[in-house]
Amino acid sequence: LDGKPLVSIVTAGLSKFGKHEGLYARELFAEAVKEAFDRCPRLEPKRDIKAMFVGHMGEAYEHQGHTGAATADWAGLLNIPATRTEAACASSGAALRSGIYAVLSGLADIVMVGGVEKMTHRTTAEVTEYLAMASDYPFEQWHGITFPGLYGLMATAHMSEYGTTEAQMAEVAVKNHHHGTLNPKAHMQKGITVETALNSRPVATPLKLYDCSLITDGASCLILTKPELASKFTDQPVHITGTGQASDTIGLYERESLTSLQAAKLAAKTAYKMAQITPDDIDVAEVHDCFTIAEIIAYEDLGFCPTGKGGPLVETGETWLGGRLPVNTSGGLKAKGHPVGATGTAQAYEIYLQLTGQANKRQVQGAQVGLTHNVGGSGATATVHIYRSNQP
Amino acid sequence: MTEAPFTIDQFYKYLARGKLMAGKCTHCGKIHLPPRPLCDRCFHQTFTWLEIAGTGKLVTYTVIHVAPEQFQEQAPYAVGIVELETGLRLPGMIRGTTQLSIGMTLTIDFTTCTAAQPWPQWPRYCFKPM
Repeated sequence: LDGKPLVSIVTAGLSKFGKHEGLYARELFAEAVKEAFDRCPRLEPKRDIKAMFVGHMGEAYEHQGHTGAATADWAGLLNIPATRTEAACASSGAALRSGIYAVLSGLADIVMVGGVEKMTHRTTAEVTEYLAMASDYPFEQWHGITFPGLYGLMATAHMSEYGTTEAQMAEVAVKNHHHGTLNPKAHMQKGITVETALNSRPVATPLKLYDCSLITDGASCLILTKPELASKFTDQPVHITGTGQASDTIGLYERESLTSLQAAKLAAKTAYKMAQITPDDIDVAEVHDCFTIAEIIAYEDLGFCPTGKGGPLVETGETWLGGRLPVNTSGGLKAKGHPVGATGTAQAYEIYLQLTGQANKRQVQGAQVGLTHNVGGSGATATVHIYRSNQP
Repeated sequence: MTEAPFTIDQFYKYLARGKLMAGKCTHCGKIHLPPRPLCDRCFHQTFTWLEIAGTGKLVTYTVIHVAPEQFQEQAPYAVGIVELETGLRLPGMIRGTTQLSIGMTLTIDFTTCTAAQPWPQWPRYCFKPM
């Protein structure tokens, strides 16, 4: 593989992230699909797209499973094979990975991958319960442990082990909210201060409201093809040169480390090796900041800083737009929002914009290499992908 | 007498009788808490039950304020991960104190164990200070 493109992204689409009253998930997905088609006039969807993988976490939200068929139907893509992938919050990271499998296998040369979740019509208590379904039922859910609770457990451990502070976590929130103000599709487009974050109400200590990502409606999609076919559809493809996915124990309590995600480290190692790059080569990254502590841990797991130094890294400003390695220029899950099934390919959408110079106010100048890091649950699934701009 | 099945259900049945029980692989000796039907180290499928002392140290904790519907009446409540003397770990609620610190000694409490009730009246154990 040796750093060569595995597949190429020829177009991408993203719905507005936010509250979409009165819309069903499949309708949101169609919004993302429309943008992807509009961006790629040379594509004839019914003729060209041969398969579809769609990430979707929960049938509880809309009492609707079988999301592969439902989204293919509303995207106008019947009768292609359409399959839902589910890996909690990494559902569409897994869809992307599945699309790569499909293209590389030769069974389908042009594939749509994407994801969707419709959440905001449910109460916070309901969403808390549905999200917790991705954790260990008899050992976590039975004991009242929620998703913020699991990351609260990790945050307490990280603070104790490395001296990470609540102010450093707040800094992640401030940065991502700032980036969100530059993204017209972000759910939250309002800057915040460290004080606002630190004074917000507790959710699962030490995590407070502003340490948590948003309950959001949204959809995202990409169209992948073999690198040799990409130029047929676009002059500006983005190539995926590395893919990694790994799993870990479903229960957080069984892990050797509570301060890093082994699945993310393994996925990153695989992806870096495949892409023949090191963390120093990354120009822009979208990481899974479902909670602020998760972004700090991601810096460490991805090798952006030494273990335990994620808190100090955010304070240096290096991961802000304009810094050495901007992270979550889209606003991240924190400010752009976290419609769980849509997140993995929404991260890829941001990298697609960045590597094709279409990120407008939040453009990272000269960005050529990007990374996405998508985590399911408390880290029982992780996917990492590496992208490279087209160099003629 | 045949051994009780090495299942999560059986683990909770033992808890209801005041016993914290793990499955020990008869082939490689690995101790599984909770028990499993397939040893994840050697893939053998025969085990013996081993009673585990329910005292250990708090590894990490959080106080949950935003709870799912089933737990809202209890919120805020503390949960943690406890490392037992054998090195095995278990998560659970921590009751009987609001003074939490990593490394504090906690012991499993079976007094909340009753006959099966609808979720969330489980769990049938929690941790308390000594």
